[in-house]
Amino acid sequence: MIEDVTHNRADLQFGQGFAEQLGDVRLSACFMCRACTSVCPITRLNDSFNPFRFVRLALFGYIEEVLESGLIWFCTNCYACQEKCPHGVRIPDLMTALKNLAIKTGYAPREVLLQMNIVKDQGRIYPIDEFDNKKRGKLNLPSLPVSCEAVSTLFNENSE
Amino acid sequence: MTYAFFLGCTIPARSRGYEMSSRKVAEKLDFELRDMKEFICCGYPMKASDKVSSELMGAYNLSLAERNGLDVCTLCSSCASYLTEVAYHLAEEGPKRDEVNKQLSRLGLEYKGGVKVRHFVRVLYEEVEPKEIKKHFKRDLEDLKIAIHYGCHYLKPSGIYENFDSADYPKSIEKLVSMTGARVINYAGEQNCCGGPLLPIDEKTALSLAKEKLDAVFDVGADALCVVCPFCSVMYDSNQKTMLSGSGTNFGLPVLYLTQLLGLAMGFGKKELGLNMNVVKTKELLKKYFI
Repeated sequence: MIEDVTHNRADLQFGQGFAEQLGDVRLSACFMCRACTSVCPITRLNDSFNPFRFVRLALFGYIEEVLESGLIWFCTNCYACQEKCPHGVRIPDLMTALKNLAIKTGYAPREVLLQMNIVKDQGRIYPIDEFDNKKRGKLNLPSLPVSCEAVSTLFNENSE
Repeated sequence: MTYAFFLGCTIPARSRGYEMSSRKVAEKLDFELRDMKEFICCGYPMKASDKVSSELMGAYNLSLAERNGLDVCTLCSSCASYLTEVAYHLAEEGPKRDEVNKQLSRLGLEYKGGVKVRHFVRVLYEEVEPKEIKKHFKRDLEDLKIAIHYGCHYLKPSGIYENFDSADYPKSIEKLVSMTGARVINYAGEQNCCGGPLLPIDEKTALSLAKEKLDAVFDVGADALCVVCPFCSVMYDSNQKTMLSGSGTNFGLPVLYLTQLLGLAMGFGKKELGLNMNVVKTKELLKKYFI
């Protein structure tokens, strides 16, 4: 668990390697007031989830530990932390960057991968079929396309 | 007033009552929500897994609206927030927009950065005079006590929303609900997230978060909870029974979309507003008005 991270790997040279991958989320602006943690609705229910700790761990380069813990997926992206941060640290953007990194490094839950694949293949999280359109018709709602060609062009690298 | 109508994924498949009631309200106000069949997912569900691709999806939708010379109106708060965010990041010319346009050009599209994105409720709040709305009201909902759940993405991140309402002390939905005559009542933890995004990851935590709110709303004696996002509705309406099973309680607390409330005040019937499709039955609530 990330509470037990030892300090022997602290990488104070952090800034070159990971910063680029995380984007400009203003990590170093954190002055440790913990306002983020105090308003986080998830921390209240599960105290191993702690936005402040993610900021500090990322700042010191403990990315692998964070990804391994799987805790990043508990963030609901509700923005409560960002709204309250007096120094403009973009914690939800940090969480998104970490989640993207988890996908690339094989730490993502199956559900997240499934959702990504459905959206990339079908252009929707809930693809519409003829049955849906029938139901929509009965309610006087317009029918919707049952397939999407745009996504195959957008996400297929070779379809120049 | 004409907007490109962005339905998103969840609403046309799972929250048709929201779609129906919104179309009814828009129609009444002589407000055109133009259907665009080419629209795809806003991109938000993919932000966590592949931000670059998700932004491309957002930009694709924006470029379609722009080509039609229209701004975008959404019903889902996540679509509103995400498309607003993408539009915000692509508003200025620069390498980011160039990269997106390079990809869009494969579909013969380009985004020039000129589209506004609005949640339908924000449009009602900002662009329609209260008296224009009120003049269509046929029923006074004064017997109803309504608790409001603003949810997260309708207001946040506040930086991209031009402060149209306060993220800490919002009042836009309250103003619209009050117009119907209904009494808005406050409760503890109004700002809390519904927990929806957590549902596939950890159902127990997600439902605890939602239950916290329902407990608070039930304690203050609300007749219904008013929402403006299909994900929040899934948590409070569709999952209400699941989260209470085994606890020996049953709130039976109806969860209404704001557009269903406005539609009721406008005199529409239960089926026209899709109220018969709400999971928690609205029968008792509607009895007050002989519906």
